[in-house]
Amino acid sequence: MTKKQIELSVEDISAVEKPANRARLVKAPEHFISQELIADINANGLDETRRGFLRKGFMSAVGGAAAGLAAPLAFAAGEGDPAILEKQEWQTTLGKNVATMPYGVPSIYEANLIRRESPGLTRVSAASVAFTPLQGLFGTITPNGLHFERHHQGWYNLNPETHRLMVNGMVKNARVFTMNDLMRLPSVSRTHFIECGANTGLEWGNVAVPTVQYTHGMLSCCEFTGVPLKVLLEECGADLKKGKFLLAEGGDGSGMTRTINLESSLDDTIVAWSMNGEMLRPENGFPLRLVVPGVQGVSWVKWLRRLEVGDMPWNAKDEAVHYIELMPDGIHRQYASIQECKSVITTPSGGQQLLDKGFYNVSGMAWSGRGKIRRVDVSFDGGNNWRQARLETPVLTKSITRFNIDWVWDGSPAILQSRAVDDTGYIQPSIKTLRNVRGTRSIYHNNAIQSWKLDSNGEVSNVQVG
Amino acid sequence: MFKLDKSIACAGLFTLAVLTVNVAFAQATQGSAKFPGLGRNATPAEVAAWDIDVRPDFKGLPKGSGSVEQGQTIWEAKCASCHGIFGESNEIFTPITGGTTKDDVKTGRVASLADMKQPQRTTLMKVPTVSTLWDYIYRAMPWNAPRSLTPDDTYALVAFILSIGDVVPDDFVLSNTNIAEVQAKMPNRNGMTRKHGFWNVKDKPDVNGSACMNNCVAFVQIGSTLPDFARDAHGNIADQNRMYGPYRGADTTKPPVAKLPGAAGEGLAHAKDTHSSAPKGPAALFKNENCSACHAPNAKLVGPSITDIANKYQGQSGAVDKLMAKVKNGGSGVWGSIPMPPQAQLSDADRKTLVEWMLSGGK
Repeated sequence: MTKKQIELSVEDISAVEKPANRARLVKAPEHFISQELIADINANGLDETRRGFLRKGFMSAVGGAAAGLAAPLAFAAGEGDPAILEKQEWQTTLGKNVATMPYGVPSIYEANLIRRESPGLTRVSAASVAFTPLQGLFGTITPNGLHFERHHQGWYNLNPETHRLMVNGMVKNARVFTMNDLMRLPSVSRTHFIECGANTGLEWGNVAVPTVQYTHGMLSCCEFTGVPLKVLLEECGADLKKGKFLLAEGGDGSGMTRTINLESSLDDTIVAWSMNGEMLRPENGFPLRLVVPGVQGVSWVKWLRRLEVGDMPWNAKDEAVHYIELMPDGIHRQYASIQECKSVITTPSGGQQLLDKGFYNVSGMAWSGRGKIRRVDVSFDGGNNWRQARLETPVLTKSITRFNIDWVWDGSPAILQSRAVDDTGYIQPSIKTLRNVRGTRSIYHNNAIQSWKLDSNGEVSNVQVG
Repeated sequence: MFKLDKSIACAGLFTLAVLTVNVAFAQATQGSAKFPGLGRNATPAEVAAWDIDVRPDFKGLPKGSGSVEQGQTIWEAKCASCHGIFGESNEIFTPITGGTTKDDVKTGRVASLADMKQPQRTTLMKVPTVSTLWDYIYRAMPWNAPRSLTPDDTYALVAFILSIGDVVPDDFVLSNTNIAEVQAKMPNRNGMTRKHGFWNVKDKPDVNGSACMNNCVAFVQIGSTLPDFARDAHGNIADQNRMYGPYRGADTTKPPVAKLPGAAGEGLAHAKDTHSSAPKGPAALFKNENCSACHAPNAKLVGPSITDIANKYQGQSGAVDKLMAKVKNGGSGVWGSIPMPPQAQLSDADRKTLVEWMLSGGK
């Protein structure tokens, strides 16, 4: 991609925390007709009623321009917003019955917010990625239908009645559990983020994709329910002194295998059957998956059918050919597993279009594979000055924390960034800091500060600073 | 009636057999004192059926052998359509072979990884352990028929791949007795490190950011942006955001708007323009029924492209019926040696829709 060497002086980015009264809402005269009225006239033609509205609109526009006053919508004094004054269909007719949709779905007006593939990223859709639309999410929990997907050989609806979990290797007895068995064991429910190790991986060398869905959308966060791994391994008499490694194997065609660090993950790893109150979705491993908090998503083996305790790593394909990080000296880092502290502003974010100047609640997500988020700072001037954001509670370990910060945009170009700090004191680095150590060919574990450039026309784009 | 009786009798026998098996398993149930009644011991046959992993120390490797020559035969029949005749293809997956030298075999470090001479990082350039190749091929290949290879097939295929990379000679026979010697020649066997802070949660990270709050940079320099021609490369971003509320998507089918749209969203699409999330029609059917796993609009994947199919059958009478039968029952031999599996789950109407759509070139 091109490397435009644009130099923006700090003076050019004058949107830095101006007092609220700097930004005035001034309505342009051409907004005198509401969009609803335009649509109505286009659809139904002009009649006397509509002509009336039009005349009033002109009067209001002239009056408004003369007075230099701002108004959210233009209509004659003493009248008001048609959305209020006119009776709407849903006020005047009978609504639908209960259970019309026995399994509810989002409003038709939410249909744009769906999982999407990144064009050209992979050539085979059964071994591909569908990204979560982070640009439209609120809070911390990912709705189950929007949880990102990554399969290595396609997904199936496994029959839960014939699904088995085998535990073998360095255990007293190799054991087999049915779903009936597993779901009787003492369970825990915990909220954790899952992030693919390759999230933001396209951006190591340069800006490559336009929106936060594609830069950061291999990220989701759910409340998972299942039996702690430790309970299950102790039940099988695992030798946890010699057995420092765990192989997790999936029941899909790829027979997905990953080596798990038992020392590090024994405390919080869950053999889970539920996400967000319902059973796992088939795309996310129904009926059983491993939840390895803080560790990259590839280790959260889906359709989990076998756990083997061992005394050395397995060097499976996805830990010896993929999910390895190429350093500048030609050596690959192997078994780099932990997702480090990271954050991103989701609104406004790349590809979005702001309507107007004025107040905005700038919002985003922060997470760390090493613990809790301690603070998030936000910059509106490309990293020159920073201001501390509000963290929404509860702040949970190895989970997404939502941050918000007030901002009054005066209409000047701005570059928005967020920078998270976790409770180990680790501070999210810049892309330059990362490249200095790891070069540009790592693919994995890019937790750089993300920059969004806001132009004076209200359009936001993905840029890299420095 | 006789037929019915017989089938009932058979079903009865079958049920009995299943019950017997269940009883046998029930006897093996030995839940701990803590969780009585939960789980049972695995039988040796069950562990053998599932525990097929092969570690770098070759624990788990079945006995067997296979020659480069045998490997080539299997490769051309089952692997080459995706990976190329010599494992060099970059059409469907990243290449298996290429980028390694005889010198790398001596040093155990693939030199091209450091100097970026090689445009693609191939499997042989990266993989440090021969066990990885063996395990994965046996476990998950071929792509559309995993677990269909025998141990001897797998030895042969690994031998073939290694011969292309000049790791073993063309007349080599790989077996469980000499595989450790082959490991000592793997081109990137010394190319991995586990010295980093990403394995244990308490390990030290390799970088740290800055805590600076004010006047942190002298000037802000934009180092990278998306080029203008890529504006619409990910589709229309307006269709990927809400069409109401403060954060709309930019209409990337058009140049950027000249000025702020204003509170009423002048010039922007509106909520009523929201796209349906459930696309209908043949293209959606093609994707949902997994046809797209093997067929692409213009490029050959595992199977032929839609364009190639449309061209081949253009103007042929009876083409619809012929292809409808092929889709239902499966077929082979027309486009290469990889058979198309039967798609019996499709209704006749859906099959007809799909076939007619493909014959139109996917329009």
